[in-house]
Amino acid sequence: MFGKLSLSAIPVSQPIPLITSIIVILVALGVLALITVKRWWPYLWREWITSVDHKRIGVMYCLLGVVMLIRGFADAIMMRTQQAVAIDAPGYLPPEHYDQIFTAHGTIMILFGAMPLVLGFMNFLVPLQLGVRDVAFPTFNSVGFWLTASGALLVNVSLFIGEFARTGWLPYPPLSETAYTPGVGVDYYLWAVQISGVGTLITGINIVTTVLKMRCRGMSYLRMPVFCWTALASCLLIVAAFPILTATLAMLTLDRYLGWHYFSNTAGGNPMMFVNLVWAWGHPEVYILVLPSFGIFSEVFSTFSGKPLFGYRSMVAATLFICIVSMLVWLHHFFTMGAGAAVNTFFGISSSIIAVGTGVKIYNWIFTMYGGRVRFETPMLWSMGFIFTFVIGGLTGVLLAIPPADFLTHNSMFLVAHFHNVIVGGVVFAIFAGYEFWFPKAFGFRLHEGWGKAAFWFAFVGFWVTFTPLYVLGLLGMTRRLQHINFPEWSPWLYISVAGVGILILGVISQVTQLVVSIRDRDRLRDVSGDPWDGRSLEWATPSPPPFFNFAVMPNVEGEEAYWGIKLRAVETQQLSPEPEYVPIEMPVNSPVGIYTAFFTTVFGFSMIWHIWWLAAVALVAAFAGFVAFAWRDVQEFEVPAEEVARVDRARRAAREALLERLSRQEALP
Amino acid sequence: MTYTGLPASVEAIRRVRQDPHRLGHRAHGPGEPVEGTGHGGTGPASKRIIVGYGFWIFLLSDIVIFACFFAAFAVQRGATAGGPTIGEIVDIRRVGFETAALLLSSYTCMLSFAATNARNRLWTEIFLLLTGLLGLVFVALELWEFVELAGRGITPQRSGMLTSFFGLVGLHGLHVTLGGLWLATMMAQVLLKGFRREIIHRLICFNLFWHALDIVWIGIFTIVYLMGSGA
Repeated sequence: MFGKLSLSAIPVSQPIPLITSIIVILVALGVLALITVKRWWPYLWREWITSVDHKRIGVMYCLLGVVMLIRGFADAIMMRTQQAVAIDAPGYLPPEHYDQIFTAHGTIMILFGAMPLVLGFMNFLVPLQLGVRDVAFPTFNSVGFWLTASGALLVNVSLFIGEFARTGWLPYPPLSETAYTPGVGVDYYLWAVQISGVGTLITGINIVTTVLKMRCRGMSYLRMPVFCWTALASCLLIVAAFPILTATLAMLTLDRYLGWHYFSNTAGGNPMMFVNLVWAWGHPEVYILVLPSFGIFSEVFSTFSGKPLFGYRSMVAATLFICIVSMLVWLHHFFTMGAGAAVNTFFGISSSIIAVGTGVKIYNWIFTMYGGRVRFETPMLWSMGFIFTFVIGGLTGVLLAIPPADFLTHNSMFLVAHFHNVIVGGVVFAIFAGYEFWFPKAFGFRLHEGWGKAAFWFAFVGFWVTFTPLYVLGLLGMTRRLQHINFPEWSPWLYISVAGVGILILGVISQVTQLVVSIRDRDRLRDVSGDPWDGRSLEWATPSPPPFFNFAVMPNVEGEEAYWGIKLRAVETQQLSPEPEYVPIEMPVNSPVGIYTAFFTTVFGFSMIWHIWWLAAVALVAAFAGFVAFAWRDVQEFEVPAEEVARVDRARRAAREALLERLSRQEALP
Repeated sequence: MTYTGLPASVEAIRRVRQDPHRLGHRAHGPGEPVEGTGHGGTGPASKRIIVGYGFWIFLLSDIVIFACFFAAFAVQRGATAGGPTIGEIVDIRRVGFETAALLLSSYTCMLSFAATNARNRLWTEIFLLLTGLLGLVFVALELWEFVELAGRGITPQRSGMLTSFFGLVGLHGLHVTLGGLWLATMMAQVLLKGFRREIIHRLICFNLFWHALDIVWIGIFTIVYLMGSGA
C-alpha cells in the first residue's frame, strides 16, 4: 500500500535532522497560521499563486532561491565546522550524515538556490527591458515556476522523511546504482532534479522565444540591453543542455528502478558514459548561471559610471562566443579519465580559450568605469568586488585547465576553492548586486544603504578568509569531501576557514537586517520617480513597481540605451513627449494550472521515490486531466479598459514631470 | 504593409521568395520588415508565430534528449556481455511495416492540416483519425516486437547493448503514444470547439511534433535497424 514508506523513515535517532525538521515544520505551520489568521489567502491566491505576470513569477523565483540559499548556507556551516573539529577526532557528524550534507549543499546551491534566482531575474527583467508586456508563454511560465518549487520541496522533504543522496551533487555511478546505494537518497535527488529541470526548460524556451520574437518596435538586436543578450545566451544553453541532464537522469532512473545497464559496472554498462553525459550538461550549466550574472554587472557598471557600456558589440560577441565554447569544454572535469593526450589537449586548450571571451568582458567593464562619474553605491561595490574575485578565480581556473597540473589538483580542496571563487564571486555577487539594484523597481522602495554596504564588506572579506586557506590546503594535498582529517598540520588553515564562515554569517545577518530595516522605513525610502539610479534601459521608464501591463503604450525605440535617449530628449526640450492616445490592452487571465500541476507532480515524485505505484499512476492521470481541463477554458484574455490605462499612465507622467524638474535643476548647477 | 488577410508568416515567406538574398532588408519602402514577424523594426510577432516558434525550440530540446539516447546506443552497441548481438534481434520485415505506417501517418497528418487550412472540420477529423490509427499500428508492431524479444529472454536487463536498444526505441514509442493521446484530445477539441484561433495553434504544434517524430524514426530505422541488420 505504501511501498517502501514506513514510520522508520523518520530519523528519530538522529538529533540534527530531527530537530531541524521540527523547527522547519513549526516555522512553516506558523507562516500558514499567520496567513490564515490575517486572511491573506484570497490575496495570495489571486495576486501571486495563480498569477501569470512575469514580474510576480520573477519575484517568487527569487524568494524561493533566497530561502534555498539559506538552507545551503546552513549545510556549508556544518561542513566547515565538522572539518575544523574532526582533526584526529570523529567530529559531530557521522559519515552517512556528513555525506548527505555535502551532496545537499551542492545540489541546493546550484539547482535550487542560484538557478531560481537567475531565472527570477530573467523573468522579471527581460520583458521590461524589451519594452513588452509579458513573456511569450505566461501560463507556462507559471507552470515552470511551480515545478521548480515542487523539486525544491522534495529536496527539503528528504530531510525528515528518509534521507538525501550521499553520492555528491552529481551522483556518479556505479556508487549511485542500486547495488551500492539501495536507499531512497538518490531517488530523492533524481526526481527532485528531474521535476525542477522541466521547470527550467520551460523558462528557457520562454525567454528564447520572448527575446527573438517579442521585442517592442525599433528594438533591433543591437539595441537590446546586454542583460537581454546574456539572458538569450543563457536560455539557448538551457535549451541545448538541460535535455542532456533529463536524458542522463532518466537513464540512471531506469538503471535503478528496472535493473537496466546504462551505467552499471556489470553486463556492459558504462559508468564513464554517465560522467561524460552529466558534464556535457554540467559545464554549460555553469555558464547558464554566470552569463546572466555578467549581464547584471554590465547594467550596473554602465548605470553607476554614468556612461554607456564600453565595447557593447564586443560584449555581445564575447557572450555568444562563451555560449558556444561552453559546450566544448566538459571533459576538463575529468582529465584523469584516461582519454589520452590528444583528447586532453583539445579540452585543455578549449577551456583556456574560454577565458579570452571573459577577458574581453572584464576589460570592457573596467573601461566603462574609466572616465565615468563612478558612484560607489551598494550594487557598484558588489560589482567591483566581483571583478577582483572573479579574475583570481579565472586565473586558478586556467591553471586547472592545464591537464598535467590538473592531475595534481584533481578532486582536491584547490578545486573546491576555485569553483567557489568563480561561482560565489561571479553568480552570488551578481545576485546581490542585482537585488540591490532592482529591488526598488520590484517593490517601490530602496534598500537601506548602510546595511547593504556592511553586508558587502562582510561577504567580501569573509569570502576571502574562508576560501584562500582552501587553496593552500589543496596544494598541501587535502582532497575534497573529507569527513575527518588525520593531518594535524592542516588544522591552522581549517581554523582560519571557519573564522571566515563567521564573517560570512555577519554578512548574512546584515543582509537580513537591511531588508527588515528597509521595510520598516519604506515610506522614507520610497521611490516615487520610478528611476532611482538614473537608469539607462526601459525598465526605468516604468513606475516602481510597474503596473501589471508594464507599458501603457508600447515604446518605440530609436537608438541604443532606449530610456536614456528618451530622458535626454525630455531634458533638452524641457517637456515629456505628448500624451499618447490610450487604447484598451489585452492581458492573459490568471490560472491555477501551475500550482495544480506542481501539486500532482510532487505527489508523483514522492510516490515514485517510495515505490507507491498506484499513487504515482493516480497523480499522473490527475495532472493530465488538469492539462486537458486547462485546454478547455474559453476565456484566455481580459481587456484593461482605456480609462484604467490612462489613469495609471497619467500618474506615471506626473512623477516623470517632477523627475524632469529635478534633473533640470541639477543640470543648471555648475 | 497592406493587409492581405494572410498570416504574417505567409507574407514573410512571399517576401523572401521575391527577394531571396534579402537585398531589400535594410531599405525602406517595399523592403520594410513584415508586420507581426517579430523582427526588430515591427514590434512583437503575432501569436501564431510565437506559438509555432516556441514549439520549434521545444522540439529542438526534445531532439537533444534523443541525441543522448542515440549516443548511448553508439557507445554500448558492442557491449553485448556475451548475449545476443544487434544483428540477432533485428526483424527487418516487421520494422519495414512499422516505418511504412509511420511515414504514411505523417502524410495523413499533413493532409489533416491542409483540411484545417481550408477550415473543413470533417476532413480534418478524418485525416487526424487516420493518423492516429496508423500511429496505433506502429505502436502495436513495436510492442509485438518487444514482447517477442522478451519471450526469447532478450530484455534490457540482459546487457548494455540491449539496455540502450530498448531505451532508444522505447523512448520513441513513448513519444508516439503520448502524441496519440494529444491527437485524441485535439480531435475532441476540434469536434466540440471548432477552428478557434488557439485550437489552430495547437494543431500547428501537433503537426510539428508528429513530423519531428518521423524524422527521429528515420534516424532510428537507419542507425539501429538497417545498420544493425547488416552487422
